[in-house]
Amino acid sequence: MDDPTLPRERAARQLQVVSALAKILPDDCILYRIEDTHAYECDALTAYRQLPLVVAVPETEAQVAAVLRACHALNVPVVARGAGTGLSGGALPHSMGVSLSLAKFNTIIKVDPAARTAAVQCGVRNVAISEAAAPHGLYYAPDPSSQIACTIGGNVAENSGGVHCLKYGLTLHNVLRVRGFTADGEAIDFGSEAPDAAGLDLLPLVVGSEGMLAVIMEVTVRLLPRPALARCIMASFATVECAGGAVAAVIAAGIIPAGLELMDKRMTAAAEDFVHAGYDLDAAAILLCECDGTADDVEEEIQRAIEVLKANGATRIEISRDEKQRLTFWSGRKNAFPASGRMSPDYMCMDSTIPRKRLAEMLRAIEAMEVKYGLRCVNVFHAGDGNLHPLILFDANDADEFHRCELFGAAILEASIDVGGTVTGEHGVGVEKLNSMCVQFSAAERAQMMAVKSAFDPAGLLNPGKVIPTLQRCAEYGKMHVHRGALPFPDLPRF
Amino acid sequence: MDARTSALQRLTQRVLEARDGKTALNIRGGNTKHFYGNPPRGEMLDVRGLSGIISYEPTELVITVLAGTPLAEVQEVLAARGQCLPFEPPHFGPSGTLGGMVAAGIAGPARASVGPLRDYVLGVTMLNGMGELLTFGGQVMKNVAGYDVSRVIAGSMGILGVICEVSLKVMPTLPACNTRYLDIDEAAALRQLNRWAGEGLAVTASSWHQGRLHVRLGGAIAAVGRCQRQVGGREIAPQDAAGWWSDIRDHRHEFFALTDSELQRGQCLWRLSVPDTAQPIAFLGEPFIEWGGAQRWYRSTAPAAQIRSAASAVGGHATLVRAADKSPGAFAALTQPLMQIHRRLKQSFDPAGILNPGRLYAEL
Repeated sequence: MDDPTLPRERAARQLQVVSALAKILPDDCILYRIEDTHAYECDALTAYRQLPLVVAVPETEAQVAAVLRACHALNVPVVARGAGTGLSGGALPHSMGVSLSLAKFNTIIKVDPAARTAAVQCGVRNVAISEAAAPHGLYYAPDPSSQIACTIGGNVAENSGGVHCLKYGLTLHNVLRVRGFTADGEAIDFGSEAPDAAGLDLLPLVVGSEGMLAVIMEVTVRLLPRPALARCIMASFATVECAGGAVAAVIAAGIIPAGLELMDKRMTAAAEDFVHAGYDLDAAAILLCECDGTADDVEEEIQRAIEVLKANGATRIEISRDEKQRLTFWSGRKNAFPASGRMSPDYMCMDSTIPRKRLAEMLRAIEAMEVKYGLRCVNVFHAGDGNLHPLILFDANDADEFHRCELFGAAILEASIDVGGTVTGEHGVGVEKLNSMCVQFSAAERAQMMAVKSAFDPAGLLNPGKVIPTLQRCAEYGKMHVHRGALPFPDLPRF
Repeated sequence: MDARTSALQRLTQRVLEARDGKTALNIRGGNTKHFYGNPPRGEMLDVRGLSGIISYEPTELVITVLAGTPLAEVQEVLAARGQCLPFEPPHFGPSGTLGGMVAAGIAGPARASVGPLRDYVLGVTMLNGMGELLTFGGQVMKNVAGYDVSRVIAGSMGILGVICEVSLKVMPTLPACNTRYLDIDEAAALRQLNRWAGEGLAVTASSWHQGRLHVRLGGAIAAVGRCQRQVGGREIAPQDAAGWWSDIRDHRHEFFALTDSELQRGQCLWRLSVPDTAQPIAFLGEPFIEWGGAQRWYRSTAPAAQIRSAASAVGGHATLVRAADKSPGAFAALTQPLMQIHRRLKQSFDPAGILNPGRLYAEL
């Protein structure tokens, strides 16, 4: 990122902010020397880096509130940050801002087995919640692939998904209450442990707000009874079209599997090479279909699913015999990213959602783009909910390759909008998809979203510059796009 | 120009005129929920001109509908393909519309097992108070592009915009269902419901009233059979069971139907939304309990402040649903920082304050 500020001005501002924070935090909780702030210069979208002005690592909620008040008084942007596993640059620092690391808030406050809830601090890792709930036969359902590292605060900020959200929903559907601070350090509560809260339902705004509306300190999540049994069907298909058709047919038959994932041939080969799961290397696509519940539920669902898969051209079907084999089936899918990392120095993971019926068409379009941009792409999908994760392989040391990769990514997102989809299914907009937001939303819609941000944060200090592109940026991006492929009311004069 | 475009143009025109003249608009579909929230006021803005199903693809589990479309029509179309709106929206009359359903945000007996109505809203096209036609969300299951405004519209009582079009996630109808009842007291019923939820019993609806606990089991055939044995009690014939749950959902059960004379005597119908493990609230008398203990209805003449503080003491809130006098406010008061955000949101969507003013809170 370009830094338009002169070094001298920046140094003066840094001194000012550090002095203000020194009244609030112990010395070792304030980082500002380059060697200390380097670790914070990016999240998991490493292609975008920016050194923050200062990093604050508070230890108590009172300190967080005081840091926010101080930053508010000085008009300093604040970028909250969890584990830094985000894939869209949502936690990319602001060159003149404070990166607020919430890593120290890692206490599980309470697991309530009778109410099936857990109250946890924002820095608790996703998987740690399920581990704490396990003795009660309960677990936290959303399971993003990074679940061993990512924190619940980040999950809430991004509305993270995972391979099981077809049946169990995204973060939003599993969070009851979020407690935190407004931009000026005032305590605020969204949602409740009751089924709803009075007034407008602001929880869907806060969940997925990418740190732009409030700073999240504590989250109460819903826990579910752990299913007694899970079994996975692995089905091979001779064409991607067939596999896409089978996905639609499973859903049409009234089956909502716990997971329904698709890998293309190249991804399967890369994964097999990495984990040796015994994938069918001759198949054009592999479908993983997981059924969970009690033994008799699973039996019933597996039989129905197999019938549908066979009727839709599955060439080979294998059912996991035991837990070990089920995990083996999943190992390649869960390791799709590191497996791709072995094929190429770098990869860019895209994340769009399209209507399921357009899967095959979309895959063909991506193949054509590989030729056009001269880069390879491997594909894994949360096929059940139409969420694509094409991984574009490139070399970041080659500026031209990086540029082509960015164009390739933007082309996938725009093709997704054209078929009635969206530019991000679960990774968020961050900085990565700002341009694509210009295509998906009209100027009035973006202005309304900006106004939503201002309603929460009138001074515009929480994670500014993310998610909602400015009018100017969109004008520069400036192609003439037909909004979402077709206007909802084509004859109407637009305002 | 087709019918829906001209209907939309008329609505836009009305909103712009109202904005210029600062005229309050009372947004109305089938007028079946006029009793809900604070009393409606202003000139009627009828959205039923926007009617019809725009697209429905069972394999995508998505239906997109114009806001004035009757709910009954949508449910019929879904049922023909073995699908449904799983949150069981109420029919407070035959003419309720999809727009009204989303604006009120009320879910029925299945709420505790399937989640709130807002979880099924995928996208909304709406007119804000400046007559701008805006679309938020979309037609796909997973979508985190920008702020999720469409889900805030669910339950917003029309104060942020006129809903024009809605995309909803739909689900397959469950293969099997069975309703049973047991005779146990309130505290025991609450404990039992919580225990079953923790064990993953396939309970899709529950009610407790006058010492009788009803539970509806639903899911795979084998699962329902197994749960039946676990629950015990006595079975209710399927047609009677369907009537039982729809009478509760639609407030046809006598507990919910306050007569004019009862209303005149100050009798009110309160809805308490509480954590499902909350202890019984003794002073309020006998409740009608739903949602595994999380939704508790009371008929009471007690002062609003007393009822609201009892609800918030257990971590919930109280809504004054039916009353002759709604001056205490239909909805529980907000904390100052939350009300501040509400005010600014209202101001940004509807700066002239013309859309359903006062319906949610007097100051909005």
